[in-house]
Amino acid sequence: MPGKLKVKIVAGRHLPVMDRASDLTDAFVEVKFGNTTFKTDVYLKSLNPQWNSEWFKFEVDDEDLQDEPLQITVLDHDTYSANDAIGKVYIDIDPLLYSEAATVISGWFPIYDTIHGIRGEINVVVKVDLFNDLNRFRQSSCGVKFFCTTSIPKCYRAVVIHGFVEELVVNEDPEYQWIDRIRTPRASNEARQRLISLMSGELQRKIGLKVLEMRGNAVVGYLQCFDLEGESGLVVRAIGTACTLDKLSSPAAFLPACNSPSKEMKESPLVHPPSHGCRSTHNSPIHTATGSRLTQNFSVSVPTLIYTGMGSGSAGKEGGPFKALLRQQTQSALEQREFPFLTLTAFPPGLLVHVGGVVSARSVKLLDRIHNPDEPETRDAWWAEIRQEIKSHAKALGCHAVVGYSESTSICEEVCILSASGTAAVLNPRFLQEGTVEGSLEQRIEENLPVGCGFCHIPYDELNMPFPAHLTYCYNCRKQKVPDVLFTTIDLPTDAVVVGKGCLIQARLCRLKKKAQAEANATAISNLLPFMEYEVHTQLMNKLKLKGMNALFGLRIQITVGENMLTGLASATGVYLAALPTPGGIQIAGKTPSDGSYEQHISHMQKRINDTIAKNKELYEINPPEVSEEIIGSPIPEPRQRSRLLRSQSESSDEVTELDLSHGKKDAFVLEIDDTDAVEDVHSLLTDVPPPSGFYSCNTEIMPGINNWTSEIQMFTSVRVVRLSSLNLTNQALNKNFNGLCENLLKSLYFKLRSMTPCCLCHVNFTVSLPEDELIQVTVTAVAITFDKNQALQTTKAHVEKTLQRASADSEEPLQFPLELCSDSMPAPAFPAAKEHLESTSSNSGTPAAQRDRCSSWIELIKLKAQTIRRGSIKTTVTVEKASPMSDGNFRNRSAPPCASSTVGVVKMTPLSFIPGAKITKYLGIINMFFIRETTSLREEGGVSGFLHAFIAEVFAMVRAHVAALGGNAVVSYIMKQCVFMENPSKNQAQCLINVSGDAVVFVRESDLEAMSTQQPAVNCQTSCPGEVTT
Amino acid sequence: GPSLAPGARSEISALPEVALRLLARPGAVLAPALGERGPGIAMTSELDIFVGNTTLIDEDVYRLWLDGYSVNDAVALRVRSGILEQTGATAGVLQSDTMDHYRTFHMLERLLHAPPKLLHQLIFQIPPSRQALLIERYYTFDEAFVREVLGKKLSKGTKKDLDDISAKTGITLKSCRRQFDNFKRVFKVVEEMRGSLVDNIQQHFLLSDRLARDYAAIVFFANNRFETGKKKLQYLSFGDFAFCAELMIQNWTLGAVDSQMDDMDVDLDKEFLQDLKELKVLVADKDLLDLHKSLVCTALRGKLGVFSEMETNFKVCDPVQALPPKVLSAQPPASGAEDRTPKIPAPQNLSRGLVNVAAKLTHNKDVRDLFVDLVEKFVEPCRSDHWPLNDVRLFLNQYSASVHSLDGFRHQTLWDRYMGTLRGCLLRLYHD
Repeated sequence: MPGKLKVKIVAGRHLPVMDRASDLTDAFVEVKFGNTTFKTDVYLKSLNPQWNSEWFKFEVDDEDLQDEPLQITVLDHDTYSANDAIGKVYIDIDPLLYSEAATVISGWFPIYDTIHGIRGEINVVVKVDLFNDLNRFRQSSCGVKFFCTTSIPKCYRAVVIHGFVEELVVNEDPEYQWIDRIRTPRASNEARQRLISLMSGELQRKIGLKVLEMRGNAVVGYLQCFDLEGESGLVVRAIGTACTLDKLSSPAAFLPACNSPSKEMKESPLVHPPSHGCRSTHNSPIHTATGSRLTQNFSVSVPTLIYTGMGSGSAGKEGGPFKALLRQQTQSALEQREFPFLTLTAFPPGLLVHVGGVVSARSVKLLDRIHNPDEPETRDAWWAEIRQEIKSHAKALGCHAVVGYSESTSICEEVCILSASGTAAVLNPRFLQEGTVEGSLEQRIEENLPVGCGFCHIPYDELNMPFPAHLTYCYNCRKQKVPDVLFTTIDLPTDAVVVGKGCLIQARLCRLKKKAQAEANATAISNLLPFMEYEVHTQLMNKLKLKGMNALFGLRIQITVGENMLTGLASATGVYLAALPTPGGIQIAGKTPSDGSYEQHISHMQKRINDTIAKNKELYEINPPEVSEEIIGSPIPEPRQRSRLLRSQSESSDEVTELDLSHGKKDAFVLEIDDTDAVEDVHSLLTDVPPPSGFYSCNTEIMPGINNWTSEIQMFTSVRVVRLSSLNLTNQALNKNFNGLCENLLKSLYFKLRSMTPCCLCHVNFTVSLPEDELIQVTVTAVAITFDKNQALQTTKAHVEKTLQRASADSEEPLQFPLELCSDSMPAPAFPAAKEHLESTSSNSGTPAAQRDRCSSWIELIKLKAQTIRRGSIKTTVTVEKASPMSDGNFRNRSAPPCASSTVGVVKMTPLSFIPGAKITKYLGIINMFFIRETTSLREEGGVSGFLHAFIAEVFAMVRAHVAALGGNAVVSYIMKQCVFMENPSKNQAQCLINVSGDAVVFVRESDLEAMSTQQPAVNCQTSCPGEVTT
Repeated sequence: GPSLAPGARSEISALPEVALRLLARPGAVLAPALGERGPGIAMTSELDIFVGNTTLIDEDVYRLWLDGYSVNDAVALRVRSGILEQTGATAGVLQSDTMDHYRTFHMLERLLHAPPKLLHQLIFQIPPSRQALLIERYYTFDEAFVREVLGKKLSKGTKKDLDDISAKTGITLKSCRRQFDNFKRVFKVVEEMRGSLVDNIQQHFLLSDRLARDYAAIVFFANNRFETGKKKLQYLSFGDFAFCAELMIQNWTLGAVDSQMDDMDVDLDKEFLQDLKELKVLVADKDLLDLHKSLVCTALRGKLGVFSEMETNFKVCDPVQALPPKVLSAQPPASGAEDRTPKIPAPQNLSRGLVNVAAKLTHNKDVRDLFVDLVEKFVEPCRSDHWPLNDVRLFLNQYSASVHSLDGFRHQTLWDRYMGTLRGCLLRLYHD
């Protein structure tokens, strides 16, 4: 009996009128945890009852504490008939289970009813007394911290990064149980909410157990999702990265540790160790946490594997003894089911050595009818298969790890597409190599970590490349080879050298699909997927070229399946990396022998494209300094590349020839106008209008090229559903409409937020769903952040210079945290390319063999068309200009908050992991909430728009209330994971399910912090966060 | 000055977007939301929402909404303001934006009906300054509208009445309805409340001091049903009435005597009104009247430009003073010697008029006609004699003060309570 949960019901306010006669309510409260229920007295005739109850005490196992939500039901007492429910509050008490987070939950919670929405508020105080757990075989994992944030949380440092954790639990969906036919919609919704709450608790506990097994104490980048599989059930699954985190407590290290990235970028992370929350300051990480039980055993009991950097071009030749050693050490791990994946998108300095490119895998499955809730093996096996594929893709890229890893599903009826993607990477394994190997490893690290371009250097063997790519010497250090284009799913590394600003780049695609049943349907989808992958990649590449940029970060490709169509939406942040060559232009080639007017047409289009590129370069300030040929040519490249290097950008006709010679296929940036479709494609390229002046947008955490954020932020969710009303849809028209839908949505956002300019939309996250035959739903969540225009100009230069300046220091700085990953460390350069580096895979169990063959016939196409790394051309590099040195003091100014900071009770929400102009001083726990809202009076509630608008506003309110009750004033890394909307206007009904999550935090304004730097920050934050009634 | 109630008039925005709102009904009907789509399949917007963690409030759209324009009209007005050119947005974007704001306002309206709820609710996160703006603007009313309903019973604002007002004033019916409902709501809440009327309004509706005072006037007028709609009162602004209301609340209500008792600012002090009959002696007692006159005349001789008119009008007997106002002479009296008998036979007697007004206030009907009486008995006679405002002031001051020197008069306090307020009111009412 390791825990006592104590609950006190204080008061209610703004209750609805439940008794028409008196216009009042006789309210009382039921407090339920597990199977125990307590009741308050009835407070007669009031809409603002003061119960002021005793402490209700529940004595429970900590296992239950983790699984069960506290359920508070407000009812109206009725002497003669059944008591009417006013609404409920579910409180996740998990944040109270670990010492560093919240100690009490206390505040006003909206009382929520699935039919009526929010109906007043209730003031509740919750505490937990945990007893020491002496049970060795415990099932709970109390004390493991969870973070949604996909980087090492500020004010912590990573002692060990253990690696990937995953789990899933399945159950029947109450909505599809027989009993649902006889119970009310309210009862059904509540059963569902409760079940999902229980399942998430269980899932979190199980993941926690795995983390404890790995000797970790935290999960970072925790992502939990629901698959509503309809009649076949409900799946709750989660992935994350197990870590051992250390709270930074020394004041010196503490304050800067919570910097917003803007500041971090400025500071040299490797030169000033204490300024970074995420790194150890000790040289030998194994001994850092002396006395900590968790780290003592990490290299003993847990089979560990190292993902060594095979990244340099010379690795293939020199790495022999290394590889042998690693192979030896990791032999046993090959049998492991573990995957070398990290869900992180930003990394402690030095961890990320090289990036290979994006790896992704998809699989079409037929959902089986009913499964046994106790045996989630089928789903497990599906995901294991996908992960295996990802792993082998990464291997083909010469990488042993996958970072920025995520998984998703799209379900339509009984067909389910499972998708996984990440970025193949080489991570630094130094911690394991003590003794003999260490010296040589260190050397390699030094080699690999120069001047913020190291991650661009290819990890694969250039003599045995897994796919055709054009390599040049790095334009930054000129020592290592780099590809011409780089795609990744991670955030831009903070030390990356960037030219100009970044921008949001989207590829959008619709494909019609015949309606079909079961296997035929799955087959049809499988057949379409490779085409879509290819086209999405082509679009991305073309748009990237059109922007004059050479790298994509935060790439997320979502394929959505509907009854009669598939959509593909890829979002990424384009950027010009100084280390990579200047991208070539886009060349238009006419296929048919030409008459005059056709030629003219072609040249006209070519001109428009060239103009657009020029305009974009100006817009995004992409002016990489020209570098003379000799400098680039100094290391002797292989002949083919040399010839390319010497070719000027404009001679793209040569490229065509060359491409045709080498591959017999068209390269992405030569567009052939051979039919009307192609013409349309080119046109659609040009229809994307840039954001109005004063606006920038990206889908990553930080906007490349802007780092002087001011404190105003506005997080928002926008939803659009359009109905396509035509009998004879064509792909062309569909594409155009879908494209228009997304573009208009963006335009609307720019218009709505115009008063915030200059500002940047960060973390722009589009989600597409196809709820019905002819409906397309697009949901966007993002945050607009204002920035100081005047200071924006200089920072890039300053940053470049700074990065270069500290280069030498960097390479000498030893790495300071260990990395512990479990899996194969084998480089596999000699892999037969055809099978291994597919980005798209459609496979199996649900689909017939014949169709799998067809899929593999697309392997060639994919291989050549949709590679992560592509050819580009030409030359330029960054010369180090003399930039005006900026003192750190300058950066303090930019946070200038004219804020009405005294606004008590304000809770900020942001999808980012930081709050501009503020420091996060405390993580209070994870927020993971699931709500259902239903109406049978749709018209009366303002139609579908009114209904959803109110619901989303309510969801925000409930998130804010929970954060405030935990003592927090913001939620970071906020994400709306699901927004499933269904309508039936003819019946005047609608239903919506929303799932959101994030990290509740306490932040303190930098200005406030400076003002009272001598005092303890926690005191300060208490004043700035909503103080609620405690007793 | 006339700026007593700026809150009562809708301000004209500096923004062209809203300055155009006074245009006649916008005629242009816009294409549907996705008007900019190309040929191909029809795509209709089923749902289109934007929800910010901080609720976005567009002041200009709020004004259009408050002014009662439909979404389409509001979009048309915004288009005409040139916003599309300024921002590069499309009509579809504007339509979507307007709809969104309207939906938000619609959801907020329920809370605006009880402004403290807006402050305590959790659903919309709105910075305090914006909350204040939302509330203030919501309760702001149009001068033209308030003049139509001021002093009328607020319980039954029939649709037909509001239709007429809308037609007459050019204010949309929707806006009229909101304004009327606001008056009614404030009235209902504070009607039975103890203590300061303005404070009560401020506390329950969180209005600015200025606007709360205006509402106090509206409530006070509605409660006492003062007639303000007569033709001869048309020259008076809401500000004039609000000014008088404030003076009357301060001096003539129960609250004026003892605000701690369970009394209210909304009702006139009945006892006081009864007592006012005592003042009749000032005109009934010939000696007292003469003495009063001579005191005033002595003091003002040489100081008043219109001395003779004053002297003449002071005491001329007024046998038919209850006659309808038509009897009043329009002919201005000629200026002449101080002891000249009046050329005008019309019964003009300033003192008698003022005292009779006081004496009549025991009857509800006469209370309602207070302003009509004041205009008839004092403002119009003076105006027809072309009294400059300063002369009116000098006269009223002296007229009030001289009573203190009347030995035989025992109701000095009563007189001061009456005349102090009346003097302020009359000065305010005395203009063209």
